Amino acid sequence: MPSSRAFDILVIGAGPAGMAAAVAAASSGSRVGVVDDNPGPGGQIWRNEGHKPSTREAAAWFEQIRSSSLDYLYATQVLGPIGSGVLLAEISGCAVELSYDRLILATGARELFLPFPGWTLPNVFGAGGFQALVKSGLPIEGKSVVVAGSGPLLLAVAAYLKRHGADVRLVAEQAPIGKLARFGLGLWREPGKLKQAIRLKLSMGATRYKAGCWPVAAEVGAVTLSNGPKTWREPCDYLACGFGLVPNTELALALECSMAQGFVGVDTLQRTTIPDVFAAGEITGIGGLDLSLVEGQIAGHSAAGDEVSARKLFGRRERARLFARGLDRTFALRDEVQTLARPDTIVCRCEDVCYSSLAGHGSWLEAKLQTRCGMGACQGRVCGAAVGILYGWTRTSVRPPIFPTPLGNLAGT
Amino acid sequence: MSEGRVVVVGAGIVGTAIARALARDGHHVIVVDGRPVGSGATAAGMGHIPVMDDSEPQFALSRYSQTLWDELSERLPASVEFDRCGTLWVAADDEEMVEIDRKKRFYDERGLPSDVLDSRALLREEPNLRPGLAGGLVLPRDQVVYPPCAARFLLDEALSMGSEARIGTPVVAIEGHGVRLANGEQIEADAVVNAAGWHAATLTPGLEIRPRKGHLIITDRYPGYLRHQVLELGYLKSAHGSDRDSVAFNVQPRRTGQVLLGSSRQYDISDPKVDRPILERMVKRALEYMPTLSRLSAIRVWTGFRAATPDSLPIIGPHPEHPGLFLATGHEGLGISTSLGTAELIAAQVGGRTSPIPPEPYWPARLMTVTPHV
Repeated sequence: MPSSRAFDILVIGAGPAGMAAAVAAASSGSRVGVVDDNPGPGGQIWRNEGHKPSTREAAAWFEQIRSSSLDYLYATQVLGPIGSGVLLAEISGCAVELSYDRLILATGARELFLPFPGWTLPNVFGAGGFQALVKSGLPIEGKSVVVAGSGPLLLAVAAYLKRHGADVRLVAEQAPIGKLARFGLGLWREPGKLKQAIRLKLSMGATRYKAGCWPVAAEVGAVTLSNGPKTWREPCDYLACGFGLVPNTELALALECSMAQGFVGVDTLQRTTIPDVFAAGEITGIGGLDLSLVEGQIAGHSAAGDEVSARKLFGRRERARLFARGLDRTFALRDEVQTLARPDTIVCRCEDVCYSSLAGHGSWLEAKLQTRCGMGACQGRVCGAAVGILYGWTRTSVRPPIFPTPLGNLAGT
Repeated sequence: MSEGRVVVVGAGIVGTAIARALARDGHHVIVVDGRPVGSGATAAGMGHIPVMDDSEPQFALSRYSQTLWDELSERLPASVEFDRCGTLWVAADDEEMVEIDRKKRFYDERGLPSDVLDSRALLREEPNLRPGLAGGLVLPRDQVVYPPCAARFLLDEALSMGSEARIGTPVVAIEGHGVRLANGEQIEADAVVNAAGWHAATLTPGLEIRPRKGHLIITDRYPGYLRHQVLELGYLKSAHGSDRDSVAFNVQPRRTGQVLLGSSRQYDISDPKVDRPILERMVKRALEYMPTLSRLSAIRVWTGFRAATPDSLPIIGPHPEHPGLFLATGHEGLGISTSLGTAELIAAQVGGRTSPIPPEPYWPARLMTVTPHV
């Protein structure tokens, strides 16, 4: 029989939004549980930093998590809802039922992969995933790396790799220099961000940073880049690509929360359209660290019934949203990087489905049924967002379980 | 040769098979469906093509259809994943072995090959079955296909012979000589075939069809885990039993190395959501027969609705009151298997030819309350 645990408030995800939500919710004295599939808190941005935080802000939040009265369920995967107020989860291979009065979804985001020729080669990684690999021990000392794609993540990853001895040959940002300059000039309103940017830039040393260029093809040992008129090869051991983030909305979809433009729809108190289900962080709109933290706090307070504390944070959330909108505008993907796939470029890695075999289908459902695209072990997490960009298809539902699980876990008692 | 114009309502495997047969006979066929090709019950079927022994009409239709799949198999594209993996019926105990012997005689008398397995041979054939099961019967000619691509192939063949497909706008009414679409458009025809699965009853009132919900689970790839489609003998009890919810052990090797697991049956539920209690029963039942399944990684669970009839036989043939209206539905769990045979029956009836097998057992009139003419 699967064991079961009960909570007043259950937080799914222990990245910044989930950490902030849990801390805020626990301040009311509620019985709060925090679930994450990683072995500890921190999410993607503060992964494995529990004992060695990278910033003072991270240190403060880890400290708050430690000093709050919370029940932790790490290395735990939520498989889906199995009734009103109950989720089925898997801990160390075993099924566990988690029941809650109120649920806060802070499931974060994953990297967006855009298919281009060679993107499935073993020397090509997602930028964030590559950083995580290095964090968990991939030797990088002396290896040459090109970091390409878009957004502030590229700089953060490049700086991290450099600190760990990598030879970062180039950071290729697809956004045009003009947009970047306008965004940079706007940073005076955000002194914290400006300082962060300058620190990142300084830590990059002599590393080349080129705006307005993007990868068009990868091979073992090199990447081909283009800036439109010019195309050139850049030798490298690894290519780390980051084109942006995709919200992890699977659980919200399984709970039947309404979506707004691909994100979980919430009201000012971070309430979803499903009663007693709240959402915070990247799943409500990609906004980065500050927005995730403040949304998490608001969700935590409102889930605990402390509307007053929640409302006090609305102003901070508004400022963080403005900054996020600026990021969105600056790093919007240009058409060229959205059309890099060639007819024989693999789009769905699990099922080996290439670009040309997807063409001509009228919908995601039709393409899935006819080509198996998105039907493999990753359950469409990688190709789902790519086909959204390539063909405009959207995913409106998910099939359980949200993560693959041993069949025995579906047998119940 | 130009025969009449026929509208086929439904682009599932039955509708697309009918379109292909009618197009071959020279009809101008228009296939209409509001949803993508093969995305209804077709996408929730296992694609098992057995010869059934539960009744003479079921045997006749399933055997005839299997020979048609055999003839077609050479031309099927790889995407259809045609696989003659055979069926293995498992007997749990000695009492069930008596039924195995009856089954064997049934197939022998009709000239179909089958092999009885004892307890040890059973484990040799399927090492992942639990030791201690009494035995089984293998039907080596039974087949498996991937249904959505099979439906697509059948439709493509129809299109290559001049048919049209109107996918995306649902039919809201069958009236007079034609159909009316949700956008108000009328399509006139000499004949209409209602092959809309369990939705058929809303378009043709008086049809005794009920939705019968089923669940499927598919695993990650485990090549070699399974060799046959393996079913418990009690499957037919589940399929034909009472109105109560039922489950049966039914597992299939896919060409991809994946394992497809069924089956469950529930009447009168229209919610497609996964039903936890019956899913748990279904998995437990499977683990009783094949305990190592518990370790296989399940990647997806989904549901669908079979079109069930009170006598477990499909409804194939002319409407008793409306000339020019033909019905092809009510196939329950055998729609993929018997689609090709159904298509030949309908094509013969639309064309006024003699049916390739006796059509009477499937006639709609047997299940319809005929309103008296005034």
